[in-house]
Amino acid sequence: AVVSTQSTGTSEPDVASSVSVGSVMLGAGSVTCIEIDSDAIADLQQNIEEFEMENIEVIQADVTRFSVRPEFKFDTVITNPPFGTKNNEGIDMKFLDVALSSLTPSGTVYSFHKTSTRDFIVRRMDSKGLSVEVLAEMKFKIPQMYKQHKKKEVLVDVDFIRIAAGSTVKGS
Amino acid sequence: YQRRVREAVVSTQSTGKLLTHNMMKSHCKGVVNGFPLKLTSTQMDVKEIEFNPDFVNRMLSRLEWPALVQIANQLGVGEGLPEMLPEEQQFEDEDILKKIHHVLLEVDVIEGELECPETGRKFPISKGIPDMRLNEEE
Repeated sequence: AVVSTQSTGTSEPDVASSVSVGSVMLGAGSVTCIEIDSDAIADLQQNIEEFEMENIEVIQADVTRFSVRPEFKFDTVITNPPFGTKNNEGIDMKFLDVALSSLTPSGTVYSFHKTSTRDFIVRRMDSKGLSVEVLAEMKFKIPQMYKQHKKKEVLVDVDFIRIAAGSTVKGS
Repeated sequence: YQRRVREAVVSTQSTGKLLTHNMMKSHCKGVVNGFPLKLTSTQMDVKEIEFNPDFVNRMLSRLEWPALVQIANQLGVGEGLPEMLPEEQQFEDEDILKKIHHVLLEVDVIEGELECPETGRKFPISKGIPDMRLNEEE
């Protein structure tokens, strides 16, 4: 598996840790975690130690500025993109593109995206011959990060989706 | 999921395995190949990891075999590794698979440095984690 996460706030380091640890628990032979934020990495190392996890590799990097040999593909990619902040439009789609390009032909991507982008993602994946399944609808708490944010924190509707080869079943 | 009971206290921090080295290449601007990254290891560890022959066989077709052999020999852990992979990129012999398993997963580069083979740009490895972050211009 590969887990690539980027943190934009305090809620997200937990995702990197739990996804990596969860992957090993569910039988992944090897987990590679690409994470840019040092705090998130510290949390992850703590979880690895606490749960006595083996075979979790961590690389500190910006996943959109990182290269893997093209022949080295992953069976499962789990990603938690930042949700397109003001100066970072389209970063969520970039993450998805990186995830898809790292995948074996029969592999699966799991990702988190704003529900407001669902239709766009389904159309985009459809045009690549990939299916999208919304596995869960969640609410993420995004703390205030920039002066232009008026509220202290906002609740954002988020889809947890699975993308795989095949066509999306309409209505699912 | 069974929680394993260990007799000794073993550090189970994240690791810097040769499997990871075999997948990474340089993302520096203008780089043509960027693989393999040069490795300097200042602290290395060997730990026992559960052997899964199916996993090892599945990885073989994804590896760049000569680079793995080269880095294993550099670190002095390459003894018994086949020079080449057979055409089917699988091994029946569990002894060979165990040796490959050892090199891929049981050798841990804890402290050291990676280097882009074309630009010479260095990337530190600390606590098994390589820092591959680039500056804006790079």
